[in-house]
Amino acid sequence: MSSRSRLSILPLTLVLVGCDREARDYRSLALQSHEPANAFGGNAYHLAQGQRLYGWMNCAGCHAHGGGGMGPPLRDDEWRYGGNMEQMVATILDGRPNGMPAFRDRITEDQAWQLATYVRSLSARTRQDMLAGRADEPANVEPPVLDERKPVRRVTPKQDDATEE
Amino acid sequence: MKRAAPLILALLSAGCSGIQSADGRDGIEGALIGNLFDVFLWTTVAVYLCVLGYLAFAVWRGRGHRRAQAGLQGEPQPESERKWRIGLIVFSGATALILAGLTIATWLTDRALAKAELASPIEIEIIGNQWWWEVRYQDPVASRIVRTANELHLPVGRNARITLKSNDVIHSLWVPNLAGKQDLIPGRISDLVLHPQRTGVFRAQCAEFCGLQHAKMALDVTVESEAEFGRWKAAQLAPPPIPTGSEALAGYNLFLNRQCSSCHNVAGTPASGQVAPDLSHVASRRTIAAGTLPTAHAALGAWVADPQAIKPGNNMPKVPLTPAELRAVTAYLETLK
Repeated sequence: MSSRSRLSILPLTLVLVGCDREARDYRSLALQSHEPANAFGGNAYHLAQGQRLYGWMNCAGCHAHGGGGMGPPLRDDEWRYGGNMEQMVATILDGRPNGMPAFRDRITEDQAWQLATYVRSLSARTRQDMLAGRADEPANVEPPVLDERKPVRRVTPKQDDATEE
Repeated sequence: MKRAAPLILALLSAGCSGIQSADGRDGIEGALIGNLFDVFLWTTVAVYLCVLGYLAFAVWRGRGHRRAQAGLQGEPQPESERKWRIGLIVFSGATALILAGLTIATWLTDRALAKAELASPIEIEIIGNQWWWEVRYQDPVASRIVRTANELHLPVGRNARITLKSNDVIHSLWVPNLAGKQDLIPGRISDLVLHPQRTGVFRAQCAEFCGLQHAKMALDVTVESEAEFGRWKAAQLAPPPIPTGSEALAGYNLFLNRQCSSCHNVAGTPASGQVAPDLSHVASRRTIAAGTLPTAHAALGAWVADPQAIKPGNNMPKVPLTPAELRAVTAYLETLK
C-alpha cells in the first residue's frame, strides 16, 4: 500500500467515527449535566426508558395514552403546572393538588426525568433518530406553543347552530 | 508450563461438569434428538470415509496406470466400461438408500416427539423479560399459583408443559440438558414439553440475542424427586415471615417505603410491584439477577448498591441508599428464604 493511499484512510476513518450513535446513558450521567432538560430530552435511550416507565407506573390509569381521562391529557398544549421539563419533573416527584400523587421514593430522580422526556415527546415533534422502531406513542406533529395559556373554547349546541346558519 | 498443565486440565474438565451440556440426554425429548444426531453423525462419517478411501485409491492408481491398461490411443475396453457402469449404479443406489434412511429416521423421531405422553402434566408459564425469566406454576386455585423468577424446579420422570410468552423482545428458552430450544415471541404463545429423566441442577440460557445483557440471562433448573418438589412448592407458597431482627426490620421498612416495592413483589407484604422479579423467596435461589451472581451476602449487597455496575443496561435503577440503609436492605433480603 502506498503511503498516499494509507494517508487517505485516516480522514475516512475519522469520518466514519462520526457515524457512531449515541452512547447508552444507563448510569444517567445526564442528571449531572448543567442542563438536564437537554441532556435527557435529546436522548433516545431516556425516551425509550420513559415510555417503559409510563406503562410500569400506570400513568395510563389516569392520563390514558396522553389523551387524558381521570387525569388531564398530556398531548395538548394545556399545562396546569407548567409544561417544561423541570416543571414536569417537579409534578412527578412531588405531586400536584387534585389527584396527582407524589412519586418521590417510588421512582428515582433520573427515572422522573426519563418519564418527563417521554411525556414531553407526546406533544412535541420528536427527532426521527430518537424514535424507537416500533413506538406508537410520540406524536409526529409540530410542538404546540407551551409558554402561553389559551382559554378552552366551550362549544355549546346553540353556538354550533349559529355557525351553521 | 509443567505447572500450568494441571490448571489447564482442570479448566477443561470443568466443561464436563454437565450443568449445561448440549448432549441433552437428561430428558426424553433431548435423548430422542440426541439419538437422531448420532444416526446422522455416524452415517455421514461412514460416507465421508468412503469418499476419502475412493480418492486415495484414485491417487494411488494414477492416470498412467489406466492409460497403459487402456492402450495409448485411449480406446476404452468393453470390460472396464462395464465395471464403471456397475460402480455408478451402486453409487447412485447407495446415495438414494442412505438419504431415504435418514429421512425415515427423522420422521420417526418427529413422530416420537409429537407422541410424548401428556398424562397429567405440570402446567408452567415462563415469561421472558429483558433480561430475566418469570416463572409461574399454574393452578386452578388462584391462591395456589407459585410465582418465582430465574429458577425452575421440576419433578423427575414427569411431564412439564411450559407455556412461553414474552414481554418485550424475542427470547428463546434452551435447557440444553433436557430438550431443544423454543422461542418466546411477544404477542404470541408457544409451548415446550420437558420430561426430565435424571435429577440434578442444570443451567438454561436465553438462546436468541435479546439485547445488551443477553449473555446474563440464565435460568437455574433443578430436577428433583416428587417429594422434594412438593416440599419446595409448599415452601414457595408460604409467605416469608416479617423479620424480627432490628436491622432486617429496618430493611423491611425501607423496602416498603422506598423505590423497591414499586417494581418488586414480596408475598404477604404491601410490596406488590409486578414488573420486576418476585423477591418473596429470593434468598432460597441459587443465583440472583438471572444467573449473574451466586446468592450470597456480598453479592446481594453489591447488586442493590449499584445494579448498573454488575449488569449494565438492566432496568433496575441505582436507588440512593446510605451505607446503613444498604446494610439493612441486604439483611432483609437475606431473610427471604
